[in-house]
Amino acid sequence: MQALLEVDNLVKKFGDFAAVKGVSFFVAEGEIFSLLGPNGAGKTTTISMLSTLYESTSGDATVGGHSVTREPMAVRKLIGVVPQDLALYDDLTARENLNFWGQMYGLTSAILKTRIAEVLDLIGLSDRANQRVKTYSGGMKRRVNIGVGLLHRPRLLFMDEPTVGIDPQSRRAILDSVKELNRAGMTVLYTTHYMEEAQELSDRVGIIDHGELIAIGTQAELTQQIGQMDSLVLSFGEDQDAAGCIGPIQALPGVQCVDYTDHKLNILTPSAESILGEVVACANASGLKIRTLEIEEPNLEAVFLSLTGRALRD
Amino acid sequence: MRKIFLIGFKDLRLAFRDPTALVLMLLAPFLLTLGMGFVTGAFGGGGGSGLQEMPVLVVNQDEGELGQALVELFQAPEVAELLEPSLLDDPDAARRQVDDDQTTAAVIIPPGFTASIIPAAGQTSTGEIRQIEVYANPARPTGAGIIQTIVEEFAGRVEIGRIGGEVAIAQMLESGLLPADPQALAAAGEELGKQIAGDEASLSTIGIRKTSAVNEATQFNIMAYMAPGMALMFLMLTVAYGGRTLLTERTQGTLPRLLVSPTKVPQILAGKVLGIYLTGVAQITILVVASSLLFGLKWGDPLGLAALILAVVFGATGWGVLLTTVVRTPGQAANLGTALMLIFGILGGSFISLNNLPEAIQFASKITPNAWGLDGFTTLALGGGLGDLGGTMMGLLVMGAALFGIAVLTFNRRAILQK
Repeated sequence: MQALLEVDNLVKKFGDFAAVKGVSFFVAEGEIFSLLGPNGAGKTTTISMLSTLYESTSGDATVGGHSVTREPMAVRKLIGVVPQDLALYDDLTARENLNFWGQMYGLTSAILKTRIAEVLDLIGLSDRANQRVKTYSGGMKRRVNIGVGLLHRPRLLFMDEPTVGIDPQSRRAILDSVKELNRAGMTVLYTTHYMEEAQELSDRVGIIDHGELIAIGTQAELTQQIGQMDSLVLSFGEDQDAAGCIGPIQALPGVQCVDYTDHKLNILTPSAESILGEVVACANASGLKIRTLEIEEPNLEAVFLSLTGRALRD
Repeated sequence: MRKIFLIGFKDLRLAFRDPTALVLMLLAPFLLTLGMGFVTGAFGGGGGSGLQEMPVLVVNQDEGELGQALVELFQAPEVAELLEPSLLDDPDAARRQVDDDQTTAAVIIPPGFTASIIPAAGQTSTGEIRQIEVYANPARPTGAGIIQTIVEEFAGRVEIGRIGGEVAIAQMLESGLLPADPQALAAAGEELGKQIAGDEASLSTIGIRKTSAVNEATQFNIMAYMAPGMALMFLMLTVAYGGRTLLTERTQGTLPRLLVSPTKVPQILAGKVLGIYLTGVAQITILVVASSLLFGLKWGDPLGLAALILAVVFGATGWGVLLTTVVRTPGQAANLGTALMLIFGILGGSFISLNNLPEAIQFASKITPNAWGLDGFTTLALGGGLGDLGGTMMGLLVMGAALFGIAVLTFNRRAILQK
């Protein structure tokens, strides 16, 4: 497949702080590519440079052959952006918002009317299109936010964590919309810190941490990087602190890394069964009550843990 | 161009959907005008004038024609509804009555006033010109301001006539139309005087009764000063609100979204400025129409009024845009906008007639659209037309252009749109 987006050693510094440190990757026409990483990893900064909002400190990228640094206006005509934060006029209705943004992208009234109807149908808000956005729930606002980004049918759609802070039902609807758009031929660059979303949506995934792209490939390729590893996940009550168990568990034979976040111990090991008894004993010795215990197949969370020593939620 | 209008009209629509903005833009100036109308008795009935039969004392110590002309001006039937003049001989007694709040003002015409302007026969110079004193009652600023305006207009007309006469005689002497010999010149002057005295048309051009001050006074409605005063004051708040919307767009994420659309930065800025301008024009127009319908206010020549509204909002928009360049958050813009509204309201004469303020403040008031605007609206309310607004319009347009220029330069240094 031909690359629609090519990123070449992109760097962004804010003063002395390097938010993005030489990122390079490509997104092929028609694929969904996810940038997976924790908060502060550099995902939004990367998208901001690719969408021409920020100028890069060095490096460049092309969209459809147009440089984001030298031909920003040509790039803007090819892309759509769904920003992480809502970017809507609360005192306008959904229809008025779509109408305004559609015209800003040069859509003429006849086409615009049809497109608005299609988008409202896609985001499931046809029946509430004439109500002001400020009366909507968070999930509904998110859906309008997405609708604005794809109204002009961009060749490449940037979606920056579009499901943050919304209810499961709206999240499901958004993920289904992304897949539907992709089936219709739209190329999508999707950023998230939810492993499940990246796994469900992506043809390929780039794992980003501290401004660096530390791994890239299909899900299968990435999990192969860590070999036959199991993830042993123990969860504890909110009144309990299992941080004291990290040292003893880390010392167990075969344990590659241990992370404790959100009252969950995440242990990466070649054989979860072989250390299970000792891990439980350690927890009991510390007076902890285990709420749940799971042994998971290798996944992107495990890949991230293996590569960084930290969980994605960090 | 289309995108500029899209952004501008979107902002106009948003402004009129914001209940807080509506209260501040329309309801507050309307209610304040209403309140001040009741306070000043503008709704007390009796004709369209808010001020009725204001007592004024005239002390004429002058023996000449000009002193008498001013007395007759105050006694003219055209101002009978507005003024209630009384003649006194003692200036100190007149001042005491003003001090005791028994009258609006005392107009004291000094001895030798006419002689200080018109040289006596055989004299070529009058020496120092004597000044008419308007002893104003500070407790009745509006009425005192009107009386002062009448006297100033009278004095202005006399001054124009005096200077015109001097110039004419000098030119006639120079061109040989008048004899150089003093005796022959006196005889020629006497003859010319007789001719002028017999010429009705010439008299009417100097005549006091037809001066614009008389016409202004008869048609003046105090509400025609208060309504634009309040409208202009709250216009400053509107333009500050408009300037704030650029910062609001940044915080609500729509500015970045605009920046990644195929829209140039100058188009975005121009659209925002247009939005402020349209909102201001809509605000003033609504207030004008509403006060005309509800208060029966006569704003004057429609063409002049339309042009003045466009110009005054242009000047005010300059301040709104400049404000955007010096603040960093919408909250700062709101606070500074309120301060600007109050300072300009006071300085520009929205509360107190500029005639009652020191000259330095009158001079400083020229930085405010309020002062220029009030001047223009008063001119129109007193019967003036578009042709009388030249200076006012020019002042407002220069103000707006200068402020836009400063704002554009400042925008380049600001991080608001920097990437």
